[in-house]
Amino acid sequence: MAAITWIGAILTIGILLYIIGFILIKGLPHLKPSLFALEYNSENVSMLPAIITTIIMTIIALIIAVPLGVCAAIYLVEYAKRGNKAVTLIRMTTETLSGIPSIVYGLFGLLFFVTYLGWGYSVLAGAFTMSIMILPLIIRSSEEALRAVPDSFREGSFGLGAGKLRTVAKIVLPTATPGILSGIILAVGRIVGETAALIYTAGTVAQIPVSPMQSARTLAVHMYALSSEGLHTNEAYATAVVLLIVVILINLASTKLAGRFGGKAQG
Amino acid sequence: MSYCFEIKGLDLFYGEFQALKNINMNIEEGGITAYIGPSGCGKSTLIKTLNRMNDLIEGCKITGEIKLFGEDIYGNMDVNVLRKRVGMVFQKPNPFPMSVYDNIAFGPRTHGTRSKAQLNQIVEESLQKAAIWDEVKDRLHKSALGLSGGQQQRLCIARALAVNPEVLLLDEPTSALDPISTGKIEELLLTLKEKYSIIIVTHNMQQATRISDNTAFFLLGEVIEYGKTEDLFAMPKDKRTEDYITGRFG
Repeated sequence: MAAITWIGAILTIGILLYIIGFILIKGLPHLKPSLFALEYNSENVSMLPAIITTIIMTIIALIIAVPLGVCAAIYLVEYAKRGNKAVTLIRMTTETLSGIPSIVYGLFGLLFFVTYLGWGYSVLAGAFTMSIMILPLIIRSSEEALRAVPDSFREGSFGLGAGKLRTVAKIVLPTATPGILSGIILAVGRIVGETAALIYTAGTVAQIPVSPMQSARTLAVHMYALSSEGLHTNEAYATAVVLLIVVILINLASTKLAGRFGGKAQG
Repeated sequence: MSYCFEIKGLDLFYGEFQALKNINMNIEEGGITAYIGPSGCGKSTLIKTLNRMNDLIEGCKITGEIKLFGEDIYGNMDVNVLRKRVGMVFQKPNPFPMSVYDNIAFGPRTHGTRSKAQLNQIVEESLQKAAIWDEVKDRLHKSALGLSGGQQQRLCIARALAVNPEVLLLDEPTSALDPISTGKIEELLLTLKEKYSIIIVTHNMQQATRISDNTAFFLLGEVIEYGKTEDLFAMPKDKRTEDYITGRFG
C-alpha cells in the first residue's frame, strides 16, 4: 500500500516536472526580444499585443465580477437567514455554474454579447463572458473567507454598538480580505488560461486593441493560434513559457495570501 | 437605593426550550453583581438579554420587561444606543485583528468621534482605566493579537470603557485566563465599580465572594436566591443554594 501511494506521488510530481521541463526546453531557445515587439505581423509573431490584451481583459472582467461576487458572498454569509430558500438557490446556482465547461460560456457569450447585443467580437464581449465564468469562483472563495472570520469579532463589534453595516465593512471584510484576494488571484489564473470561450467572444485579432469594442487575442489564444496555424510552432512554445511563468506566479501569490489568511484567522 | 436594571417577569425561549423562567430582579446602581450557578442555568443568557445580544440568535423569543434606568430596552430604544450604554466583555478575549489603538478607537469612531486629538485622549484614558496603559503605550500601533491572553482581556475591557458605558457586563471574563491575569482583572473590577455598575457572570464562587456586592444564584433558568453576597454565602436561605456553594453539585 505504501509503495502504491509512493509511486502515485512520484508519478504526479514527475509528470508536472516533465511538462514544465518539456516546455522550457522547447520554448526557451526561441524566446527572443523580437517576440516582445509592439507590432504583430506575419514575419514577427510578437506576443506583446496579446500580453496587453490579457491584462486589459483581466482588469475589465475583475471590475465586473469582483464587486458582484463579493457582495453576493456578503449577502449569503452575513445577511441571509439560515435555511433561507434564496440562499439554497444561489448556492446551487453557483455550484452548477462552476461545473459548466468554459466553451458553454463561450457559446453563451457569442449568442448574447456578440450577436444579440451586437457588440461583435470584442474585448468587452470577452471580458463579460470571463466575468460570468469566474463569478462562481469569486462567490465561493469570498464566502469561505467570510465564514472563516470568527463570530467573536462580530459579537465584539455589535457589543460596542456598531450596526450590521459597520461591522461588516470595518471588521468582517478587512479580516476576510486576504482570503478574498486569493480567490480573485485564482480567478485571474482562469482568465489567463482560457481559450475556447474567448475565441468565441473576443476573436483572434493579434493587435493591441485601441477600444474595448475591438477584437483581440489573449496570450493563451495567441498560443493556440500560433500552434494551430502550424507555421510558428517554436514561437508557440516560447509563448507557452511566458504563460507558464505567469500562471505559476499567480498560484504562488494565491497560496501565499491564503497562508497569511489562515494564520491570521486563528488569532 | 436606585437601580440600573429592573427586570420584571422575564421569560426567554430558544425555540421550544425555555431558558429563563419568570426572572424578577432589580440590580443596584454602582457595585458589582455576580451571577453564579452551574452550566446551562441561564446566567449567561440573562446577561446577554441585558444588552440584547440575544437578538442575534435565531428563534430566541423574549417576553417580560427590562428597564435600564427606567427606560424599556425592548421598547423604543435603539439597540445600538443600548449597547453603547451597556458595554460587554466576553468569555474569550476577542480583540479585533487590528492595532491596539484602533481596537480602542473603534467604539468612539462608531459613535461619531472623528477628531484625532479626542481619540488620542479617549484611547489613553480607557487604557489607563483598564490598567494596561503602561504595558501597551509603546506598542499602540502594533497588532492587538500579539498581546497575552490577560492583556487582551484587559484591552477588551478598555475597549468597552472607551464608549463611556453606564453598565459593564462581563460574561465569565477570567475563565480563559491564568490565576495572575485573573487577579489583575479582579483588582481592576474593584476600582471600576466606583464609576460603573458591573454585572459579572462567573463559574468561580471564590471570585464572586472576593469582588461582588450582590450575588444571584441561578438553577435551570430560575433565580433561586438573590441578595447581599456575604449573606448568600454565609446564610443561604434556600437548600439548593447551600448545596451548590458547599460544592455538593455543579
